[in-house]
Amino acid sequence: MRTSRQSSQSDGHATEVRPGSVPRPGGVPLGLDRRIGPAALCVAIALLAGCPRPQSAGLTVAGSSSVQPIAEMLADRYMAQHPGTQVNVQGGGSSAGISAALSGAAGIGMSSRHLKPDETGLQTFVLARDAIVLIVHPANPIKSLTTAQARGVFSGHLRRWDQLGGVSHEITCITREEGSGTRGAFEELVMGQDTEISPGAIVQDSTGAARAIVAGDRNAIAYVSLGMVTDEVAAVTLDGVRPTHETVVRGQYQMTRPFLLLTRGQPSAAARAYLDYVVRPECRQIIADEGYIPVTAGQTP
Amino acid sequence: MRLRETVIERSLLIASLSSVGVLALIALFVFIEGTPIIFREGVLPFLFGHRWAPTKGDFGILPMIVGSVWVTIGALVIAGPLGVACSVLLVEIAPRKVSDLMRPAIQLLAGIPSVVYGFVGIIVLVPLIRETLGGPGLSILAAAVILGTMVLPTVISISQDALEAVPNSYREGALALGLTQWQAITRVVLPAARGGIAAALVLGMGRAIGETMAVIMVVGNATGLPHSPLQPARTLTSNIALEMAYATGGHREALFATGVVLFLFIMALNTLAHLPSRRRGER
Repeated sequence: MRTSRQSSQSDGHATEVRPGSVPRPGGVPLGLDRRIGPAALCVAIALLAGCPRPQSAGLTVAGSSSVQPIAEMLADRYMAQHPGTQVNVQGGGSSAGISAALSGAAGIGMSSRHLKPDETGLQTFVLARDAIVLIVHPANPIKSLTTAQARGVFSGHLRRWDQLGGVSHEITCITREEGSGTRGAFEELVMGQDTEISPGAIVQDSTGAARAIVAGDRNAIAYVSLGMVTDEVAAVTLDGVRPTHETVVRGQYQMTRPFLLLTRGQPSAAARAYLDYVVRPECRQIIADEGYIPVTAGQTP
Repeated sequence: MRLRETVIERSLLIASLSSVGVLALIALFVFIEGTPIIFREGVLPFLFGHRWAPTKGDFGILPMIVGSVWVTIGALVIAGPLGVACSVLLVEIAPRKVSDLMRPAIQLLAGIPSVVYGFVGIIVLVPLIRETLGGPGLSILAAAVILGTMVLPTVISISQDALEAVPNSYREGALALGLTQWQAITRVVLPAARGGIAAALVLGMGRAIGETMAVIMVVGNATGLPHSPLQPARTLTSNIALEMAYATGGHREALFATGVVLFLFIMALNTLAHLPSRRRGER
């Protein structure tokens, strides 16, 4: 070890290292130093260990991260009541769920958006309906918007709250990342074909993060699932309809999307048993308790 | 005995080669996955396109390049003077007791997980910026301050080593000629260590540009071109991490292509960091 000098006056031993040479960093992780090799190796080994093993006899349910929480609860319940069965629930997003169901990688795919015209060959079962709700800070006087106003806000045409009759301050829009099912549903239901979410909008990669920002910022607005609305934020009345469980069930609140379960062709025996199970009354109660609107399952075109 | 030596030598060689090999494999993989879309879209439209809407087929990453550059320069503006000043204090001025106490503390700063920095940023810094300076709070400024703090240990410890490598005869000579301690530091020691200090700054930049988690949490991630430090922006790293989960097809390739650009940035910075010393070594 080099001796560290106390002051320039001290008569320490001169070190043999040339001035200005790049010294070895002492214990500080750097961008691309030699430590990245072993670290990368560890990661590679971990990835190998995590590679998909050959499918066991269990059923894999994969897809939308919005559906995932209730799917996990239902799977736990199903496994508890049917000893010996195995249901694996995986996230990955709606698109991944649809392609997993199409390729057969998952027995059941989950999607929180409608299928696109080119996504054919799947049987769809509606598990529940979810409403997309605009949320603002509870102190924000604006608690009601029209769809056109919401479109204006998120496209960046309406930039200030006073343009909507609120405080004199800029609007902070919070959106989800490209590929998110919630964003896809919001684009489909509010933005429409021709308008796009403003590139100036803040992007967060989870509903929880978006909600946390709105809870802390009086000038923020975001969209989340109905089940994610808490007391920290205020739900915005859209086109005169308050988003509640009842208004969604009655069909008055229009901004809703389906939670779909998908199988390739006719479901296998294991998938069939599971699909029959999740529409039982106790399962519908679980879905309702989570803030989503259970649907009497039936095939939809 | 000799056989044992050979076996040990060989296994050490294999171990060290494997780490280089893994690096090469990662680079190869990222380039194979990422370059096709760059050439399909065209290098210039990809690098200088203003619009990023991958699900609609627009892959312009200029806003992310600009975001990364702004955030990194901001971090350097904060960590550079602070880090160099701190290393001067530790090596040249502070009594041994003080520096013995500070060194481990600074090392500890490097050991704090980045998600913790991000969390502190969201809870403390973002509301502070929102209340005092305006804007949404989630901004380039917030990211620069957090990153500046995160790269401080890198800057401090490398410039500290550079200062310690300055032979004591330089200091003694300067003082013998009648310079004050401050003059000796600014006129003799710092210029003598400038190569190492420059390397410290560039390596700090490399670390700042590669940081992901803390940045995602405080930078706002908006895809538009930023016009002020108080606006949200998106960096190359946060672009990849945000959208990787759901990306498929061309979108996925575009994220790998973002990785290629990031890779080139970091390679360039690391090469730059090692240039001055190599030149000096040849002399």
